[in-house]
Amino acid sequence: MSEPGPLSLHVPEPAVRPGGTPDFSNVKIPKAGAVPRPEIDANPEDIRDLAFSIIRVLNRAGEAVGPWAGLLSDEELIEGMRHMMTLRTFDARMLIAQRQGKTSFYMQHLGEEAISCAFRKALSPGDMNFPTYRQAGLLIADGYSMVDMMCQVYSNARDPLKGRQLPVMYSSKPHGFFTISGNLATQYVQAVGWAMASAIRNDTKIAAAWIGDGSTAESDFHAALVFASTYKAPVVLNIVNNQWAISTFQGIARGGAGTFAARGLGFGIPSLRVDGNDYLAVYAVAKWAIERARRNLGPTLIEYVTYRVGAHSTSDDPSAYRPKTESDAWPLGDPIERLKNHLILRGAWSEERHKQAEAEILDSVIAAQKEAESYGTLHAGGKPSARDMFEGVYAEMPPHLRRQRQQAGV
Amino acid sequence: MARMTMIEAIRDAMDVMMGQDETVVVFGEDVGYFGGVFRCTAGLQQKYGKTRCFDAPISEAGIVGTAIGMAAYGLRPCIEIQFADYMYPAYDQIVSEAARLRYRSNGEFTCPMVIRMPTGGGIFGGQTHSQSPEALFTHVSGLKTVVPSNPYDAKGLLISAIQDPDPVIFLEPKRLYNGPFDGHHDRPVTPWSKHDLGEVPTGHYTLPLGKASVVREGSALTVLAYGTMVYVAQAAVAETGIDAEIIDLRTLVPLDLDTIAASVRKTGRCVVVHEATLTSGFGAELAALVQEACFYALEAPIMRVTGWDTPYPHAQEWDYFPGPARVGRALVETMEA
Repeated sequence: MSEPGPLSLHVPEPAVRPGGTPDFSNVKIPKAGAVPRPEIDANPEDIRDLAFSIIRVLNRAGEAVGPWAGLLSDEELIEGMRHMMTLRTFDARMLIAQRQGKTSFYMQHLGEEAISCAFRKALSPGDMNFPTYRQAGLLIADGYSMVDMMCQVYSNARDPLKGRQLPVMYSSKPHGFFTISGNLATQYVQAVGWAMASAIRNDTKIAAAWIGDGSTAESDFHAALVFASTYKAPVVLNIVNNQWAISTFQGIARGGAGTFAARGLGFGIPSLRVDGNDYLAVYAVAKWAIERARRNLGPTLIEYVTYRVGAHSTSDDPSAYRPKTESDAWPLGDPIERLKNHLILRGAWSEERHKQAEAEILDSVIAAQKEAESYGTLHAGGKPSARDMFEGVYAEMPPHLRRQRQQAGV
Repeated sequence: MARMTMIEAIRDAMDVMMGQDETVVVFGEDVGYFGGVFRCTAGLQQKYGKTRCFDAPISEAGIVGTAIGMAAYGLRPCIEIQFADYMYPAYDQIVSEAARLRYRSNGEFTCPMVIRMPTGGGIFGGQTHSQSPEALFTHVSGLKTVVPSNPYDAKGLLISAIQDPDPVIFLEPKRLYNGPFDGHHDRPVTPWSKHDLGEVPTGHYTLPLGKASVVREGSALTVLAYGTMVYVAQAAVAETGIDAEIIDLRTLVPLDLDTIAASVRKTGRCVVVHEATLTSGFGAELAALVQEACFYALEAPIMRVTGWDTPYPHAQEWDYFPGPARVGRALVETMEA
């Protein structure tokens, strides 16, 4: 041990910066199938290891192996494949639309498609997600209208949110998708409250909370874990660890904790870590946690290990803070490629069918886009009325807002 | 009718609403088994069970955040922040979430919720048991802000707040919990049992949010006040002999501008009184609105008597608190202007 001297502040740095060679040698990837699958009523104390490993089903060869495998049929996997491909295509089109000036802003999911798409399939009707701005797969996988989503992105005359919200801040109660807020982590604790309400009313619905790695540093994250733990709320607490919070690497939020999943252990919450690019593993773990919540066994924390392949948003340039080729070096690969290989290996898919699906999906996304654009884009065509600006602040418009609406001449 | 303190009236409002609406839930720090540090929830857990009235961890953001989720589910949470001074950790949830849920989701999700907070000074509460943060709520679109001044109003307004489809900030002047207080700290306080407004109907009744109450009719000037300052203004009027009209605003948002403007047009003079600090306080909004609505009727500048622009001190309680002497001076000055 060194002699006491002047103190110095430790500021974590990512392993590599622009110009460097991507290096993920510090990310320990266990073999697929290596992590056991405990009973859903397992004692949290007995499954602490699961917070430090990574649950994986698909191996390098594309085979589904181990105790978390075997839950999904060919048809279900093909459906999941199409959801992920749809989300990716949707993202690509909206990214271009933003570059063309048809909207002000967009955020894509590139590389993270498996998480929200697979999780949605494990939920039941009536369950409620409290998503961040990077879980649109919950909507796509539940069959929400792409036209409505695009109208929201365009803030046009048919925007379900009347042009009041920034693009991608969707809301759809019928699809179990809580209204997205720009304020990070706020929804995490609201999800716990929603779950508590379901328990108070002796309902059977459960809630799913969503947060990114960076936002776990917000105080609402901690409040959510305390309340979820105290009241054993029927909630699944999801952390999507995509390694990056805009330009900030995950070590800045994680600090000395080995993993984000480990955060749950101090609260007595069973905590699992899963390969976020493995559709089968995400589904299996989601199913496990949802089942726990549904049987009143309490909350589960899940960390999805993935990588944010795209820029943070259309306002961001990642080459300023990380190597350009870093995503290629990501050891967990691409979720669509991995499921594709698995399906081909199962004999349920082929390169031809994949190409055909790509073409069909592109057609359907373009058709949706054409329809959405027929209702206007941000700066052209139809748009919400200025009267809509004054509606919905309260259930009934109070006198001062009526006066202001009059002043605005609408 | 029954005799009630403000504490009992508030408790009774929650009792009535919990009894008639199963979706009403009450929680906060020390609110459950113990019945609240001010006794406002005494007996509710025993009567309605632990899932309707319960203790919460010491996390204001957690209390408000979970209540928002419950409201989005379809419950009507009536939650407590132990002191208004401690609402700041929940401010993000209140401003960014509760206030905007309806607007940003175009009505898909709503937030029928009441946040009760003991507020105000005059109790040697020092810096963190005395604040009056109402202006931090009135500035936020989507919130309603209520400040009752007596047991009868407190119960009727709280029932209305619980029934209201929008989030309501319910500020309870703790100085008034046991009896009215006119700022004469050197005199014994009369309990609510000896006051007309301590007569409270049993059972369900409501008072409309957004309606002020003229507590004293007069012709010389208009005093705009709420909470404890209603009684301070009454004392100041009695001591100066000025025939003032005193309006208890009761609801700050939505504001009963019609009642205010009608009074000032009649009297031609206006004094605004609040405990909160002066700069950017709610008095500034009131002065601006009166000026806009009543400019040609005004015969004197609008005066504001408020707390000083300092944190709320301890030893200097009565130098800080805008008592009847300070309010009285403002009334005289306004009459002479």
